[in-house]
Amino acid sequence: MSAPKIGVVACSGECCGEGTISRIATRFVLEKLRSDNTVTICLPLFSIGEKGERMFAKSFPTISVDGCGKKCAKFTIEKYSGKTTRSIVVSDQLEKWGMKNRSPRRELNGEGLEAASKIAEEIVTAMDEILMSR
Amino acid sequence: MSESNTILIFPCSGIGKSFGTICRDATYSVIEELRKGETDTTCLSLLVAGDGAAIRAVKSHRCFSVDGCTNDCAQKTLEILGAKLVANFRVVDILRENRELKSTSITFLDENGRKLSTLLAEKMAQKVDDLNQSGAVS
Repeated sequence: MSAPKIGVVACSGECCGEGTISRIATRFVLEKLRSDNTVTICLPLFSIGEKGERMFAKSFPTISVDGCGKKCAKFTIEKYSGKTTRSIVVSDQLEKWGMKNRSPRRELNGEGLEAASKIAEEIVTAMDEILMSR
Repeated sequence: MSESNTILIFPCSGIGKSFGTICRDATYSVIEELRKGETDTTCLSLLVAGDGAAIRAVKSHRCFSVDGCTNDCAQKTLEILGAKLVANFRVVDILRENRELKSTSITFLDENGRKLSTLLAEKMAQKVDDLNQSGAVS
């Protein structure tokens, strides 16, 4: 029997370092932390893709990972596919942890990578809560 | 938002393959180094989410789409929104011309990924020059 899957979708916003953190944190979860339980999708596919992409949030409990308070990933998923199960916003989390992001958006420095690791742990915690509630 | 003659570059930033990371890195190379001041970006996700200011920006500025794969997410998103799209680039096309540069690393680019990013960025920079020399603003 295959492991239960949870969708994790990052905004990957290009404007700011928080968008890069959302992307790298999601990749950490996909590659290292919960590779058996995680599925993802490129955000633009929700609007330009076929019906299959739009079934994503109906098929999997989905966590949106946004860089900033505009919450593009969350709103896009909910507009085209279905309600998100959890929403994580990098800028809100950094503020909560008293962390500042001074990392370049192109390539995260040590501070940015530390933030991405903490966001990845936050995603994993949310995943575990979802899995336990099912 | 940027000056009206600034070219806005939109990478797909696809998350499932190295191509998305390459097009994202190449875009930063152009806007932060190669053609700094002549080019800029804003979040593709803002367009996908329907942000009004971002949509107005792509209608009033020349835009490049930079896609990783043949889904052409950035190009199609810009076309749907009626953007002033003046050029489209694809990582897979650059790879076809440089088959020895196969890249597999997604989260952080490997050496081949960096080489592909450099080639793509140089193509975009050349296109910026061609457009600006021809005086094309629309």
